[in-house]
Amino acid sequence: MGLIDGISIQLSQMALVLALSPLLTGLVRKLKARLLLRQGPPLLQPYRDLIRLARKEAVVAESASWLFRIIPYIVFATTWVAAALVPTFATGLLFSWSADLIAIIALLGSARFFLALAGMDVGTSFGGIGSSREAMIATLAEPALIMIVFTLALIAGSTQLSNVAGFMLSTGVGLRVSLGMALIALIIVAIAENGRIPVDNPATHLELTMVHEAMVLEYSGRHLALIEFSSSLKLLLYTALIACVFVPWGLAPAGAPLHVHLIGVVIFAAKLGVAGLMLAVFETMIAKMRVFRVADFLGAAFMLGFLGTLLRFVSRSL
Amino acid sequence: MERLAFDVAHFFAGSLVLVSLMLLYQDRLSALINVFAFQAVVLALSVAWQAYVQGAPHLYLTAAIALSVKAIIIPVALHRMIRRLGIHREVETAVNIGPTMLAGLGLVALSMVVILRATAAADMLAREDLAFALSVVLLGLLMMVTRRNAVSQVIGFMSLENGLILAATGAKGMPFVVEISVAFSVLVAFIVIGIFLFRIRERFDSVNLQALDDFRGEIR
Repeated sequence: MGLIDGISIQLSQMALVLALSPLLTGLVRKLKARLLLRQGPPLLQPYRDLIRLARKEAVVAESASWLFRIIPYIVFATTWVAAALVPTFATGLLFSWSADLIAIIALLGSARFFLALAGMDVGTSFGGIGSSREAMIATLAEPALIMIVFTLALIAGSTQLSNVAGFMLSTGVGLRVSLGMALIALIIVAIAENGRIPVDNPATHLELTMVHEAMVLEYSGRHLALIEFSSSLKLLLYTALIACVFVPWGLAPAGAPLHVHLIGVVIFAAKLGVAGLMLAVFETMIAKMRVFRVADFLGAAFMLGFLGTLLRFVSRSL
Repeated sequence: MERLAFDVAHFFAGSLVLVSLMLLYQDRLSALINVFAFQAVVLALSVAWQAYVQGAPHLYLTAAIALSVKAIIIPVALHRMIRRLGIHREVETAVNIGPTMLAGLGLVALSMVVILRATAAADMLAREDLAFALSVVLLGLLMMVTRRNAVSQVIGFMSLENGLILAATGAKGMPFVVEISVAFSVLVAFIVIGIFLFRIRERFDSVNLQALDDFRGEIR
């Protein structure tokens, strides 16, 4: 019984993240366009884009190696697995014993590593510059993310996401300045990792400041569809991660009846909507920063994470 | 209630350390002054909470002094000063922001290790306040060391003094006379430094303290 429940929840979660992630991307694009008083593309445009790309012929550069061809699949698979591990609407996932924050960071890190390899594989200068910048952002964002994980683990006593969410739902949390710092730091890291506006602009192509788009410039057809899909999944993943850790209300606990899970799905969709609105408003208000300012931006996230860990350490050792 | 009192005190004192690090992060003078005013507001809140928890009414007065003098009078005066000096544009730093922040984090870690080891027998609230106060003091010192501009060194000095007040309120039974005299000595120091700044500017046409080194004939 427990096994069947776990499998069905796990499978529906995997399907849910796949189904909702292009919608989230479309929502953010639409809201941003409306905020700029433009009509904007319809909400379902990302799905159409993906289908169109998947039907098209994939053109591969002559100098590309076998790595270039398999990397979209690797990136998509690792991102999907990572997104399937984060509890979105229920904590009773089959793989929740392996839904460790550090494992998720490692999965995302390997996806990023392979994507950077693909950027350099063809040997164009644009791909190289994209990869080098992506690597720079990653080396700055990852320590910050690890410090955030340390803070959460010190507070909740576990790096396993379902346990963390359970702890946040309990009344023993109290007022924690470390948690606030971890939240701000996690938002900064999420913005940087997803290439949203102050760090990178997801809406432009062929601009000297772009990072992610420069790296995937050589891809086309189904390869590009997979890469676009995995970046939507990544945005959904970070939203779900923040929602799961900091606003876990509405998560269906393990062993809850079916209608609780359905309510959980509705609440998760509402959380995504709110997060998309906040992201769109934030991106509209702020200007993109120079690439070399990114170090300061992510340095602030690292500082917040580290300070959160230190403060938590102090109040625990008293 | 005990737990909540501790959590709130922890929240305010932790925010004070965070604002000190924000001071290090700022590279524009007017933003620096605004953050300093914010630090004073956080300090006033923290002191007021201590007054409530300890049941010590005179601490409310300390909080009021912090709020009026440091969050309003001194920042306004500093804003007017930098406008008159014509330097409300930028701060020169001797070291880059990144290494400065790392050094600051190291100092915070150091002060926590030191205080937690040294005060094992003391009261919980006092220990924690002392640990945070020492880090605020050290961060103020770091600010004075890394900045070349005289106005930002003054702000470093003031934020150092905020750390002293935090330490004083955390330790129960600090005489009120001492706090008052500390507050007034800071005000006097502020006035003296203010006059001094204008003298430096008249003499060297700049408040960049490197001019003093050049004047002494030191080689950089």
